[in-house]
Amino acid sequence: MNFLAYGVAGWICLVGFYGAIVSKNLIHLALCLTVIQSSTYILLLSIGYEKHGGAPIFKGVKLGTTAVDPVVQSLTLTDIVISVTVIALILALALDAHKKAGTIDPDQLADFHG
Amino acid sequence: MSWLLPLPVAIPLLTAAAIVATESLLPRRVLDAVALAAAAAATAFSLLIMLHAEAGDVLHWFGGWRPSGGVAIGIDFAADPLGAGLAALACGLVTLALLYSWSYMQEAARLFDALMLVFCGAMAGFALTGDLFNMFVWFELMGVAAYALAGFKVEELGPLQGAVNFAITNTAGAYLILIGIGLLYARTGALNLAQLGRMLAGHPADRLVIVALTLVFVGFLVKAAIVPFHWWLADAHAVAPAPVCVLFSGAMVEMGIYAVARIYWTVFSSPLGHAGEVRSLLVWIGVVTALVGALMCFLQRHLKRMLAFSTITHAGVMLVGVGLLDPKALAGAANLVLSHGFVKGGLFMVCGAVLVRLRAVDELRLHGAGRAVPWWGVLWAAGAVGLIGVPYVGVFLGHALVDDGATARGIAWVQPLLMIAEAVSGGALLRAGARVFLGWGAKDDSLLTPEPPEEPPERDAAVAPMAVAATIAIVIGLALSVTPGLEVRTEHAAERFVDRTAYVAHVLRDAKPAREPRPPFTVRAATTESWAYGLAALALAALTAAFGLWRHRLPELFRAAAGRALRPPVEVLRSAHSGIVGDYLLWLTIGTAVIGGVWAFTLR
Repeated sequence: MNFLAYGVAGWICLVGFYGAIVSKNLIHLALCLTVIQSSTYILLLSIGYEKHGGAPIFKGVKLGTTAVDPVVQSLTLTDIVISVTVIALILALALDAHKKAGTIDPDQLADFHG
Repeated sequence: MSWLLPLPVAIPLLTAAAIVATESLLPRRVLDAVALAAAAAATAFSLLIMLHAEAGDVLHWFGGWRPSGGVAIGIDFAADPLGAGLAALACGLVTLALLYSWSYMQEAARLFDALMLVFCGAMAGFALTGDLFNMFVWFELMGVAAYALAGFKVEELGPLQGAVNFAITNTAGAYLILIGIGLLYARTGALNLAQLGRMLAGHPADRLVIVALTLVFVGFLVKAAIVPFHWWLADAHAVAPAPVCVLFSGAMVEMGIYAVARIYWTVFSSPLGHAGEVRSLLVWIGVVTALVGALMCFLQRHLKRMLAFSTITHAGVMLVGVGLLDPKALAGAANLVLSHGFVKGGLFMVCGAVLVRLRAVDELRLHGAGRAVPWWGVLWAAGAVGLIGVPYVGVFLGHALVDDGATARGIAWVQPLLMIAEAVSGGALLRAGARVFLGWGAKDDSLLTPEPPEEPPERDAAVAPMAVAATIAIVIGLALSVTPGLEVRTEHAAERFVDRTAYVAHVLRDAKPAREPRPPFTVRAATTESWAYGLAALALAALTAAFGLWRHRLPELFRAAAGRALRPPVEVLRSAHSGIVGDYLLWLTIGTAVIGGVWAFTLR
């Protein structure tokens, strides 16, 4: 089970990178970044997974009950919060690009090179 | 003194929030002054922490969650002199940049002040923290503020490209770091650097540790602008406002280098007992970065882009200093970060002033125009000389120490290569200065890359605060090589930085190291070898500048032969800097695979 989860995480990460590399649209590119990001969720959550483990809420639970690791869940939450900011910023830049240049193709935005 | 530690982070962040909240209530100058005072206070507290840390690392466990039985539960800030010194450098540069923006960022906006303070707090947190995931959070916060600042002048098209490329490549790098952190957590169940180091100690590195090492290092090397992950840096610098470039080049790039050093010594130095393979790879990519940066620097006519490639050169040298895995070379890298930060920051300030006064930042368009502003020409020349490594000036001390470390580790061949890289990039700056401020050399040069012009800020910007900030930055940067006691202190600090067992014992078991006597305030005489390299660098830089200025006077036969030999590699390198973000991500993927592959084969 665990190896499958790790494999899925790796696959999604690579798919996201492929999409971002070939992307011709900034909005699509931002979404590819969220795809890469979702691979980190799967990785983190499968690291903390325990078979038959409950949610890590210990109120009224017998001592010694198996629970999944709460640390990776908080890492995932932190990651979501940070990435929302970054993606929002990239989307705002895409919006601006459309207003100023009339295109959201990163190739056509490339003024500076060499 | 542990209560001091959160202050360099808390003061800027809280002030930033206060500035945004009171934006419509208070006049602009009051808010500017508050921002300036907050950055200055953060600098002062960072310096205070650095002085305290000289006698032993300063620890602060947030919420009082101290380690119990040698197991870290909470999140800590652990300041040693190098980390606190880096925080002080970052906060100090923010202070100078805010002083500079007092008149430079006219239309600006308090949002600018708030973003600068968030950037400041995030960099200080990054340099002070002792927890790997916490490091990632500060890294991302620093990134978000930086992306917004890079694209601050969104009325133009140029800033969009720079900000987009910067944001996307660095975000992709950050995800690699996060995956690496996840893998390390899966192996050890720890996020605290000391705890990670303790858990991994005593086991040889297996595949998982090598993959984690690769991902974490690559992510931070993206921020450090190391070849082949450096592409975004020139795009971002070309478009960001000058005071923002000061922070990008002077402090942010160095944070990436610092992270590699910090994480290597605390986490990976023990499982990778045979560190020779890590050393050779890091030194190699550092040397390649320095040379690529120098060549690209020489090919630029856009002054800010030229300075950006010069930063890449120096980032390469710093990576060599860290990658030699030697305390002396690490002390060299630390000194290099310090002097380069101030000098390069000052040079970017000169660029901004040139844009205000002369309405352009293009070397050829400005041919001779700089005669009207002689003081800025003097500052530019002083800064350019400070970056070459002339004996006792600017980056010389850092260089000499990196060279000493290389000799000690038996890889003395890097010294001439680094000397050439510094001389060529310094020579390019001298050439640009001579052309702009003295009107020397040809009026046109087909070798240099044309770039779109930058929209200057309003003409009536008062230059006095700008001149004060730039002069302070360049004078500090130049004087660092002859600061009494600095060399001994960084060497002591670097020796403590690499002492993993003492760090772990102090953080997890609160075992304080023995107090050392205060080192003397002296300036050591440079060795004959350092003198020779320094003077050779100066001569080569002068030759490079002369070649750039008067190439057309060389005999036709020689020029044709040199053109045939040099044109193809130069064109390949130039076309690789395509400005397209997809290409940059492809390089990121290939670079990660190659570095991981090399380490997977050699570190077994």
